[in-house]
Amino acid sequence: MRRGGTEMGVLNTRVLIEGTAQGPVLKLSEDISLWGGVDPLSSMIIDTRHPQHGRRISGKILAMHRSIGSSSGSSILLELMKHQRGPLGIILIEADFIITLGVLVAREMGLGEIPVVQIEESVYPLLPDAAGIGLDGTLTELP
Amino acid sequence: MRLTFEDQEMLEGKCGEAVALAMRIISDMGRIQGAKKLISISSAHIDGCLFHGESGVEFAERLVAGKGRVAVPSSLNVGALDLQHPDKIRLPDRERDLAKRLMNAYVALGCIPTWTCAPYQAGYRPKKGEDIAWAESNAIVFANSVLGARTNRYGDFMDICCALTGRVPYVGLHKPKNRYATLCIDTSQISGQLKREDSFYAVFGSWLGRITNGEVAVIKGFPTDVNDDQLKSLGASAASSGGVAMFHVAGVTPEAPNAEVALNYLPSRREISLSLDELIHERDRMSTVATKQLDVVALGSPHFSLNEFSELLRLLDGRRCSIPLIVCTGRHVISQLEVLDWLPLIEKAGIELIIDTCVVVTPILKQSSGVLMTNSGKFAHYSPSLTRHEVVFGSLADCANSAVAGKVVRDETGWY
Repeated sequence: MRRGGTEMGVLNTRVLIEGTAQGPVLKLSEDISLWGGVDPLSSMIIDTRHPQHGRRISGKILAMHRSIGSSSGSSILLELMKHQRGPLGIILIEADFIITLGVLVAREMGLGEIPVVQIEESVYPLLPDAAGIGLDGTLTELP
Repeated sequence: MRLTFEDQEMLEGKCGEAVALAMRIISDMGRIQGAKKLISISSAHIDGCLFHGESGVEFAERLVAGKGRVAVPSSLNVGALDLQHPDKIRLPDRERDLAKRLMNAYVALGCIPTWTCAPYQAGYRPKKGEDIAWAESNAIVFANSVLGARTNRYGDFMDICCALTGRVPYVGLHKPKNRYATLCIDTSQISGQLKREDSFYAVFGSWLGRITNGEVAVIKGFPTDVNDDQLKSLGASAASSGGVAMFHVAGVTPEAPNAEVALNYLPSRREISLSLDELIHERDRMSTVATKQLDVVALGSPHFSLNEFSELLRLLDGRRCSIPLIVCTGRHVISQLEVLDWLPLIEKAGIELIIDTCVVVTPILKQSSGVLMTNSGKFAHYSPSLTRHEVVFGSLADCANSAVAGKVVRDETGWY
């Protein structure tokens, strides 16, 4: 994996919630509040001030530092997963309560299981455009 | 993570299905967060009662079916309905029924029907050092910062799981060492005159939210008589533009008799001296249009307090609004307004009250688009996406004058 001249190899992450995923990575350039920031039905980023306004998180591995804003972010994530519009997996820098909780409750309610992994801030800029997340948290670049 | 005998019993279902589910989620969360143990809490504030879709209703009703009952006093956040004035809410019938079912489920779990995002102004004021599990971003930051109670940024569902078990993972802001500031903000470049303006606090909060990266800040140079409503405005704004869960104000908030104590006598990791230019840039960023045209004024995020009503009536001074002026508040304030016999004054001024809920969490505005003016950093942040209105930010006086004039009126003298 080569990004900006840095050899990353395969990236090891800390597994927060176990699972596997493969797909394009939507790397947020600014953190977001899922409530008020993402539409729970379409999965579109609706925060008009967000640089990635209009993108959808459905079908992507969502990468972000941490959530900002509302406690209702967990509810929005659960509702997205209920409608099969959730992300394929989530990469976080901080083990965010609000994000991980939505995924835990979805699993508890049988609405789907997605992996959540934690990375160091320094490797965030090196995340590939498409990746696979393994059961052990290994992150590999996909072509 | 080590569970106590009682925690283990809850997990194994000895206290019922609902408590077992709650403990599964809490112990999973504890492992995710790297907790070594759980600790007991003295209260909870529950945000899960606000309707976002069927999944939340299913979850809450599953807890009711599992014979759940809160173990600690648990106040409720806003719902999606004004229960006393149901016609004011423009939810389709199906969603209205679901929203009602959700609110009923949380009451059935033993929560207190406070229906407010400002529980700390409705008599729920945990003491310094108390561990609590609060959700609702503005209430979290107020509890930690202004009251000195200890809570993490709990999300919907975690709040009720903590309430049902009375337990939380011992991590984050429950630990005294994580409550110290590492970021130091110097506001000495900002004039004392501007610091008397209510709008300063919303703008400062919005700026603070955007520049912090999960750090706790200590703010230097605030007047020592900064009041609850100003700190409420600051916190709500910072918890909308950012993920702020706690701040200190040197010489004001309970864990910051001075900046050195708030910093635990360590050098700050980052020090920022706020300039007026940066602050004005932030203020302008909070508005999305610069037109004079205005359709509606919305106040009360977080819920308007009695003192804020007093100030608004003083500013209106008998004048009547020519466009809708909506004020969102809680029943705790309505009962005080009744005692003071202010409701006729409010009606005469043309103010429309929304109780138990607010304009960004459920459809209330008559128009599907337009221009909304507010003095709330939280409304300014969320209105464009949730109400599809353009936003104009202004002081409370600007909002009152604009509602009377029917167009945007601003007095920015305090800013220069």
